[in-house]
Amino acid sequence: MTNGRRSLIRWLLGGGIFSSIASFLYPVTRFIMPPNVPEAAVNEVVAGKVQMLQPNAAAIVKFGNKPVLLIRASETEWKALTAVCTHLNCTVQYKDDTHQIWCACHNGFYDLGGKVLSGPPPKPLEEFVVRIRGDEVVITRGA
Amino acid sequence: MATPAPGWFDERLGLSSIRKFVAHKTVPSHSGTMWYYFGGITLFLFVIQVVTGVLLLLYYRPTTSEAFESVQFIMTRVKFGWLIRSVHSWSANLMILAAFVHMFSVVFLHAYRRPREMAWFSGIGLLALAMAFGFSGYLLPWNTISYFATKVGTDMAASVPMIGPYMARFLRGGEDVGGATLTRFFGFHVAVLPGITTLLLLMHLGLVQRFGISSPPKLEGKRIAQMPFFPNFFLRELMAWYAALALLGVLAAIFPWELGEKADPFASAPAGIRPEWYFLAPFYTLKLIPSHIWVLEGELVGFAGFALLAAFWATLPLWATDRDGMLRARRVTGAGILLLAYYSTFSILGYWR
Ligand code: FES
Repeated sequence: MTNGRRSLIRWLLGGGIFSSIASFLYPVTRFIMPPNVPEAAVNEVVAGKVQMLQPNAAAIVKFGNKPVLLIRASETEWKALTAVCTHLNCTVQYKDDTHQIWCACHNGFYDLGGKVLSGPPPKPLEEFVVRIRGDEVVITRGA
Repeated sequence: MATPAPGWFDERLGLSSIRKFVAHKTVPSHSGTMWYYFGGITLFLFVIQVVTGVLLLLYYRPTTSEAFESVQFIMTRVKFGWLIRSVHSWSANLMILAAFVHMFSVVFLHAYRRPREMAWFSGIGLLALAMAFGFSGYLLPWNTISYFATKVGTDMAASVPMIGPYMARFLRGGEDVGGATLTRFFGFHVAVLPGITTLLLLMHLGLVQRFGISSPPKLEGKRIAQMPFFPNFFLRELMAWYAALALLGVLAAIFPWELGEKADPFASAPAGIRPEWYFLAPFYTLKLIPSHIWVLEGELVGFAGFALLAAFWATLPLWATDRDGMLRARRVTGAGILLLAYYSTFSILGYWR
């Protein structure tokens, strides 16, 4: 009788302590994970005027809250690719001497179509569509 | 009557037992004794970190619009601000260096042996915390280099299968490195990490106290000369602290820590980007790993490799003896030399390339 009572009490005490700790930890673990803030879906941005870039030059433009690398390869040829390196998230740049895209972080190279040429990046850069509307450069997602 | 004041305190604080304890404490004295100073040097530099860190807190502001400017303000307007910040940065680096020396001396003197395994484990924990301090503190000035280093570092966490994306979100406080990351890293750097470090440090020092200082196995069975801890060892340690302080002062004054340029999330990563020197070896390794190894992504292979290496190293006391408890001294020394060789050559390559 006393033994059964003792184990019941021990069980209640242990269970009580355990569940109170769990009830503290649950809100804390949920608290430290940041809430999902849905980003406004952007499908098209006006990057600027045609004159903003000389041929064989490039700039980073904002596409929503993501950087996009806009390249004016020649007088008429424009390219836009995500500027986020597929390796570990650095922001890539255009190399005007070799006409390639370069990531300084671990020496990754891509061609102007986003294909990996050398270095550690595992995937190609996503390409965007560039159109010239009047004298404005418009970038849209997906082909 | 004896002096009344010490008696009064003694009764209330138990000073004489402390005095008696200190009087009996000794340190083995042999050709390797100089290596015993490095744990103390690490501790000393940690205290400097706490003091200068608290001072920097008086002016620093952890937001993307103000962090860089507030550090700039500290360095240009606040009296001796450049010195305090420079000392904080240099001392952080020297502290990690001293911790490395301490760790390798423990390996080569085989001081991790039974019953000191827990001291080794807590020491590894402290080293990991020191690196977490370094990684989180690196971002706080919100300059370009630190911004991209944090992007790469947190993205490495994301490459872990299953839990990786959660870890990255937890670290960044959102999808990408930004203001939320800065606030978080600030919280880690000035509250979470110091708290955990203090506990672990007390444990580490308590264990050193409990088991005393180990002497190398080759001297085992021989009579080893002992030097009293107080004042002999203590005064020598004090001189070591002065030496560390002198080095720190020279470095901080002659090579003030640079601030660089303010981070811009819409700018390309500049050439010459690199992390703090103690992350250079993994950084350079990442550069060499091709995009795919067999069917796996290179970064995943790299990350798994580092994790395995860290686990192997952290559990050193467990594989350092054979089943009969005999020390495999050769194997441990060899592993130590290999790790040291990999770490230093890759760090140098990572720096120059
Ligand atoms: S992040 Fe671009 S190559 Fe590593």
